[in-house]
Amino acid sequence: MSSAIESLVNKEYAYGFVTDVESDTIGRGLNEDVVRLISSKKNEPAFMLEWRLKAYRRWLTMKEPHWGNLHYEPIDYQNIIYYSAPKSVKPLQSLDEVDPELLRAYEKLGISLNEQKKLSGVALDAIFDSVSVGTTMKEELSRHGIVFCSFGEAVQSHPDLIERYLGTVVPHSDNFYAALNAAVFSDGSFCYIPKGVKCPMELSTYFRINSADTGQFERTLIVADEGASVSYLEGCTAPRRDTNQLHAAVVELIALDNASIKYSTVQNWYAGDKNGVGGIYNFVTKRGKCAGVNSKISWTQVETGSAITWKYPSVILQGDNSTGEFYSVAVVNNHQQADTGTKMIHIGKNTKSNIVSKGISAGHGSNSYRGQVKILPRATNARNYTQCDSMLIGNECGAHTFPYIEVQNNTATLEHEASTSKIGEDQIFYCKQRGLSAEHAVSMIVSGFCREVFQNLPMEFAVEAQQLLGITLEGSVG
Amino acid sequence: MLEIKNLHANIGDKEILKGIDLSVQAGEIHAVMGPNGSGKSTLAQVLAGHPAYEVTEGTVMYDGRNLLEMDPEVRAQEGIFLAFQYPIEIPGVTNAYFLRSAYNEIRKAKGMPELDPLEFLDLMEEKTKIVEMDQAMMNRSVNTGFSGGEKKRNEILQMAVLEPRLAILDETDSGLDIDALKVVSNGVNALRRPDNATIVVTHYQRLLNYIVPDQVHVLAQGRIVKSGGKELALELEERGYDWIPGAAA
Ligand SMILES: Nc1ncnc2c1ncn2[C@@H]1O[C@H](COP(=O)(O)OP(=O)(O)OP(=O)(O)O)[C@@H](O)[C@H]1O
Ligand SMILES: [Mg+2]
Repeated sequence: MSSAIESLVNKEYAYGFVTDVESDTIGRGLNEDVVRLISSKKNEPAFMLEWRLKAYRRWLTMKEPHWGNLHYEPIDYQNIIYYSAPKSVKPLQSLDEVDPELLRAYEKLGISLNEQKKLSGVALDAIFDSVSVGTTMKEELSRHGIVFCSFGEAVQSHPDLIERYLGTVVPHSDNFYAALNAAVFSDGSFCYIPKGVKCPMELSTYFRINSADTGQFERTLIVADEGASVSYLEGCTAPRRDTNQLHAAVVELIALDNASIKYSTVQNWYAGDKNGVGGIYNFVTKRGKCAGVNSKISWTQVETGSAITWKYPSVILQGDNSTGEFYSVAVVNNHQQADTGTKMIHIGKNTKSNIVSKGISAGHGSNSYRGQVKILPRATNARNYTQCDSMLIGNECGAHTFPYIEVQNNTATLEHEASTSKIGEDQIFYCKQRGLSAEHAVSMIVSGFCREVFQNLPMEFAVEAQQLLGITLEGSVG
Repeated sequence: MLEIKNLHANIGDKEILKGIDLSVQAGEIHAVMGPNGSGKSTLAQVLAGHPAYEVTEGTVMYDGRNLLEMDPEVRAQEGIFLAFQYPIEIPGVTNAYFLRSAYNEIRKAKGMPELDPLEFLDLMEEKTKIVEMDQAMMNRSVNTGFSGGEKKRNEILQMAVLEPRLAILDETDSGLDIDALKVVSNGVNALRRPDNATIVVTHYQRLLNYIVPDQVHVLAQGRIVKSGGKELALELEERGYDWIPGAAA
């Protein structure tokens, strides 16, 4: 590996600071009392507590999955703190009441809640450790009948919607991490777009893990009613610490008839240091259900952080003529490991899915694409297109592809393309010969490689995504 | 402007350049000819700073400074441009973005303000005319899927935009049809100024009808075995290389 590339991939994490806020933290470990405590701290109705307990009891019987191409020391679930909340945000009425220390923390992240309040185009919900610290643009949204608030708030203000949709896409028993999340999740975002409403702005959540040894378990639920549409952005960072922290989130999306949801993530959790010490373990279940006819769910993710990423944003294509999309960029360097991909489950007729995955591996990183396309018997004329490209930077990283295809209806059309390329010394030299630095050259080449995915990000996010892509590779796409 | 003295260069353990001496003054055009595999591209790449080649002996001074100590991007910023024999493809990066980034990087090095995409568009309109290139090419990925001739034209376009002080054209005429050859030559001639210089590597005398060199050099087995005026190219065309002492295999 050339020294230019080497110095580039070894650039330091810019979001590793810790914010000094007083927090309300419970003791380590997990048992039924902890689940009850969380539920009571959140003042939840009985159905929530029951659901959590059901999930907890189920979780006790489940085993941590190990089919991912991932290697790590066993996680001690009794050594994790399951609830930590900044103390001062409890009686939150308006942003002005938020601890200025918190606002400063977000500002440092480039997310200014104060600014966001004024900015048109994006409404923001910020999650600090386990609880939401403020949702901007509420009034504007409520004029359209849109509900966008923290999950905890939604449980209080719209328990009917929560009870109706919670767990309908990712059941409490879905998998080990999803069950754990259902038992202990402390907050997250909720969003409901009523019939026929096109959400007039991008909705955005910013997740931040601050406290040490805390697990972060958020839950996001987005429902687009008939004919509604919404674009949703999620960003994440965490301080630099030398112990591993667990992040086990769940995201459920539901699109009814003719509705569409576009969900974009830029994940930049702390990745651990050069030797692989510390970093976030990111075990996330994201799934959308195209419940109605002609509905559409589109996932776009840019995964640059975390020590370990285990994540498969999926779409259940139940409604006839529905469409599922997955656009992904996953970057690993140093000792990062990613096992990520998607599942497209075709149930309805004329359902269509499109998968574009770009994996970039540098340092000792290991990057696996794992994708499943399943065509069920009733899904006549289903179509899938999968494109899966890997780029290697240096000689010590790895790229792997695990496609699974299951077709039970012979009218289906499936296409799969895959490629692996190495970032070439000649490409870099060509750029340098035109006056560009090695850093600029690598970021340009990588951005070019990811172009199809970046094109799917909303403008304001595309810029940020590329900067982050940029733990190591800053630059922009042409 | 450029003083090459006793330049030796290896690739791996193999010595390719075995003592090159060459002196180029501002305002001059030098042609370098020679059999396949004699080291012409190697010389061009070494001057541009390709990391695969190791200079084992000799010096190269550029405007009185040690060229060999400069990073490739610094050489480019200082006005050295190499038109590649085999231009490199960069998928997903548009020609316009690539060229604007390069242009701005070089402007920055000169302490000049950068151009924004709109200003750059005007410049491109003017420059694409010089090489008679369709503007639509600017929105395609750098060299990706370009025909051989299109790649060569694209190199000249880049040269026209970057306005180097020392341009090295490595077989830019190979694979060009007659019209394209004229376009490329006109491009080179249009950029000719008393304070810049060009080294043209070619196999064909024909190009030198359009780009008239001040000197012609024959490179064989890693050495310059003969130098002369433009008539040397005509003689080579007629007699080949075998008659030159040191050129025969
Ligand atoms: N990577 C490499 N490994 C080994 N030998 C190499 C390598 N690159 C070039 N060479 C050798 O160096 C010698 C000079 O090559 P060079 O490309 O400079 O020749 P040239 O004069 O430009 O030839 P042509 O007219 O065919 O373009 C050739 O014998 C070539 O095979
Ligand atoms: Mg050559």
